[in-house]
Amino acid sequence: MMDFIIGHYNYWVSIFLMMVGFYAVISRGNLVKKIIGMNVFQVSVFLLYISISTVEQGSAPIFTEGVELYSNPLPHVLILTAIVVGVATTALGLALVVRIKEAYGTIEEDEIHELDHTL
Amino acid sequence: MIEVFIDIILLSFIAVTAVAILRMTNLFAIIMLFGIFSFLSASLFAVMDAVDVAFTEAAVGAGISTVLMLATIALTKTQKEKVSVSHRHWLPLSVVIVTGAVLVYGTLDLPAFGDPEAPAQTHVAPYYIDKAVEETGLPNMVTSVLASYRGFDTLGEVVVVFTAGVAVLLLLGGKHRISDTGTNEIEKNEHSLILRVVAKFLIPLIIVFALYVQFHGDFGPGGGFQAGVILSAAIILYTLVFGLDAAERVIPPSILRILASLGVLIYTGVGIVTILLGGNYLNYSVLGDSKVAGQHLGILLVELGVGIAVFAVLLVIFLTFAGRGRP
Repeated sequence: MMDFIIGHYNYWVSIFLMMVGFYAVISRGNLVKKIIGMNVFQVSVFLLYISISTVEQGSAPIFTEGVELYSNPLPHVLILTAIVVGVATTALGLALVVRIKEAYGTIEEDEIHELDHTL
Repeated sequence: MIEVFIDIILLSFIAVTAVAILRMTNLFAIIMLFGIFSFLSASLFAVMDAVDVAFTEAAVGAGISTVLMLATIALTKTQKEKVSVSHRHWLPLSVVIVTGAVLVYGTLDLPAFGDPEAPAQTHVAPYYIDKAVEETGLPNMVTSVLASYRGFDTLGEVVVVFTAGVAVLLLLGGKHRISDTGTNEIEKNEHSLILRVVAKFLIPLIIVFALYVQFHGDFGPGGGFQAGVILSAAIILYTLVFGLDAAERVIPPSILRILASLGVLIYTGVGIVTILLGGNYLNYSVLGDSKVAGQHLGILLVELGVGIAVFAVLLVIFLTFAGRGRP
């Protein structure tokens, strides 16, 4: 039982983080907070992938004499590029937030909806 | 055993930080907490042997994202999140709980953490681990998988980063009407002597480190993505301390735009050259006298392209955000 919990703890925390991020996106009205929620969601996916790549007693995937067992390099590649793509898309989202502020004067979702309806 | 212990403690810290991010309403505090959140996850990646990923997350999450978010709250002049009482919280909460429960149910069948017999470890990964060193001559398997075996993926990702940079320029780059007398937060601050002196000491070191990460990425942790991010962080630090005008004198935005396209062009150009030499697109083996030499050269060039593109795009994004507040 204890082994099972330790063996799955990483996945459960990933899912917990994913749900915290998801909740921030769907329940909060502030656009900056939504983007931070999306980032938390994103990190949870990174965490899941890296957890899957880990091998017990394994070493970092850089060839060293005398080391036999390495962690899986493929998820590392996927996630390392995803992080940089993630910051670029976050910047794009933030740029949209800045433009919304300039157009509506607010970054609260409900106020934006009200302004849309009064038009 | 000690690794599992550290793993569990760090994971618990991360979970607590995420809840704090959710519950707080002061945006400045939330962004600082998000920096801590990223840094904790970077430490966790290092514990889980993903050194390259840890590197990237520490530079990007704790560095660049945080600065961009701060720039956004400065531009939108929003300090606090508005808490509305009328919002019905039970609907999102129940959606989240149900989704989470289904996902947790799904994990019950997953192989345990660190299981060497898990399906993820037994398909393509053993090939990379056994053959990468022999076929590319590089000890860092992450670099050879990134630049050579999965060069197409990486090309796609560099193009996505480039496109995001272009989109930010289109959204925020042009001239705009200033509705009120918005003073530039970055220009306004007269920083103290200590900060300026320390920055002058630090910036050359950061730049040298970025170059080391770029060119040593074949042998140790690092590579084009990390180097580009670290190098742009050095210039961002310069901008924050000495002001936007000084930074634009050091690197004019027009040159940065050329560099961003140049990086992508180097990458695609290497692919075209391999076709002309009779190989497939991005098959570097034809570049040198021997297969290994060709792979080595190809990976070096491609990583250089990635480094230049990432550096220029991230800096263009930051300077565009900073320039938006200019009176």
